[in-house]
Amino acid sequence: MQPQDMKKLQSDYLKKLIPYIYNNCPVYKKKIDDAGVKPDQIKSIDDIKRLPFTTKIDMRDNYPYGLFSAKDKDVVEIHISSGTTGNPTLVGYTRYDVSLWSDVMARTICCAGGEPGDTIQIAYGYGLFTGGLGFHYGALEMGMKIIPTSSGQTARQLKIMQDFKPRVIACTPSYVLYMAEEAKAMGIDPAKGNWKIGIFGAEPWSESMRKEIEQVWNMAATDVYGLSEIIGPGVAQECTHKDGLHIYSDVFYPEIIDPKTDQEVKEGESGELVITTLTKQAIPLIRYRTRDIVSIRYDKCKCGRTSPRISKIKGRTDDMIIVRGINVFPSQIEHVLLGIKGTQPHYQIIVDRKAHQLDEVEVLVEVEEKIFSDEVKKLNELSAKIKKEIEAALSIGVKVTLVEPKTIQRSEGKAKRIIDKRTI
Amino acid sequence: MKLTQISVFLENRKGRLYEVCSLLGKTGINIRALTIAETESFGVLRIVVDKSDLAIKTLKANNFVANLTDVVAIEVGDKPGGLAEILKVFADSDINVEYMYGFVEKFSDNALLVFRFEDTDKAAKILADKGVKVVTRREIEGL
Repeated sequence: MQPQDMKKLQSDYLKKLIPYIYNNCPVYKKKIDDAGVKPDQIKSIDDIKRLPFTTKIDMRDNYPYGLFSAKDKDVVEIHISSGTTGNPTLVGYTRYDVSLWSDVMARTICCAGGEPGDTIQIAYGYGLFTGGLGFHYGALEMGMKIIPTSSGQTARQLKIMQDFKPRVIACTPSYVLYMAEEAKAMGIDPAKGNWKIGIFGAEPWSESMRKEIEQVWNMAATDVYGLSEIIGPGVAQECTHKDGLHIYSDVFYPEIIDPKTDQEVKEGESGELVITTLTKQAIPLIRYRTRDIVSIRYDKCKCGRTSPRISKIKGRTDDMIIVRGINVFPSQIEHVLLGIKGTQPHYQIIVDRKAHQLDEVEVLVEVEEKIFSDEVKKLNELSAKIKKEIEAALSIGVKVTLVEPKTIQRSEGKAKRIIDKRTI
Repeated sequence: MKLTQISVFLENRKGRLYEVCSLLGKTGINIRALTIAETESFGVLRIVVDKSDLAIKTLKANNFVANLTDVVAIEVGDKPGGLAEILKVFADSDINVEYMYGFVEKFSDNALLVFRFEDTDKAAKILADKGVKVVTRREIEGL
C-alpha cells in the first residue's frame, strides 16, 4: 500500500474510533475532555498527537471494565494477565476483535513463512495467557492443521514433532532451546527435527540466541511481538528476511516517543513504542504506552511489504522483567512481603538463565530479628510461605532464599531490586 | 536451672562463621558449646557462652540477627547408655526435645549436653523432680 493510501485509511479509522470511544467509555470521555480535545477536531491521523496517553496504571485503576467501550453482552472472550500490584490486567474481545486477532495472527504466521496446509505445533500456553489462543485463531484463519500442545511436557512435544512432522513451531525462544537439550538427552538429533519455521516471542531474545536455535534445530527462527493490552501476539512479526518486525500499522498505529519528553523521536532513533488500536471494539486503547524501547523504520522491505518495521525490543522504561513469557514487576513481590506478618519488603530478585535452560528466579528476602528463630523448621516454614505466596502472585515458580539484613545491595540508599544475569 | 543460648542467623557465605567467632574472641567471650543447623541456603549457629549478655549486645551492634533461647544443660554419664538413660526420663515424662548438642569442655567425668525443649519450664521442673543434675549458669561462666 502506498504511504498516502495508508495514511488515509488510518485517518478514516481514527475519525470513527474517537467518537466511538468518547460516546461509550466515560473514563476515556473524561481523559479526552481533560486534554481539551473535542472528538470532531480529530480529522487525520496526524491529530493523534493531541490525544492523551493511556498507561498500565489506567488499566489497573479502571479494573475491570472501566476502559471498555463495548457493551458487556458484546464481549465474547476475556484474558487476564498479572498486573503491577493488586489488580490484574483484563482485556476483552468482541466477536469482531476475535476476527481481527485471527487476521493479524494469520498475517503473522504467513509473514514468518507459514502456508495454508502446513501443520503448526502451538507450544505457547493456552488459557488466560494470550499466546496459545492467539496462535490458534491465526492458524485456523490460515487453514493450517493445528496441534495445540500448549506449553510443557517436553517429551510429548518431541514425540508429536516426530510423529506428525509439523513444519511450524510456536513457543518461547528459551523453551525451544530447552527442548533441544531434552531431545539430545532422549537420543533425538534436533538438526534432523521436523520444525522448519519457528515463531518465537513473549520474552526478550538476542541475535546470538537466534543463531543458536537455527543451528541446533536447522530451522528459520523468527521474532513475534505483541502484548495482551493491544491484542496479544500479532502486533508485529519478522518476515523471512529477519530484518525488523513488520508492524500492522493499518490497525495498530505506532508512534515512537522519548519517554521523558513525550515527544516523537526521529526515524531510526530509539524510544518508547506507543500504540493506538485503530479498529478494536471491546477495549480500544488510545496511545497506549507499551514501555518497550524500540526504533522504527519506514522504508520498503526486501520482502516487498511496505509496513513500517520495529526493531527487536531494546529495553524497558520501567522495571518490568519477562520471565518464561510472564511479566514480573518487583512491586508484586513487595506487595506479597508486606502481606506476610513479620517480613519487611527488603528483597532482591535474581533472574538467571543457564545455557539451554529455562529462566530461573531467585528471591532473596532479608531476615529481620522479629521473624528469626533458633529453630530451622520455623525458618523453613517462613520461607515456604513466602515462596507459595510469591508463586501465587506471579504465576511462576521461584526459589526463596533468606539472607542477613542489610546485605541486599543498595545504591544511593535505594535497594537494587533486580539482578538480571541472563545473557540475552 | 535454665541457661541462655544465643542463636545467630548465618547466610551461606564464605567466612561468615569466622566473622562471628572472631568478633566474640576479640570481645573476650568464650564459647562453651556450639552447634550449627544448616539448610541449603542458610545456617543457624547456636552457642552457649560465658558472657551471654555481652555477646548478644556485641552481635547486634555488628548487624548480626541473633536472639536468645532458654536451654538446659545436663550432665550425662560418659559411658555406654548414659544418654539413653536421660532420654528415657524425657520420653516417660512426655517431654519433646527440639534439638541437642554437646559441650566443648566438661568439668567432671560426665559429658555435658545442651537440650532445647519444646516446653523448657515443664522440662526443668521434671528434671528437678527426678533429681537430674542440671548445670547452672554460674558453673558455665566458671568453666
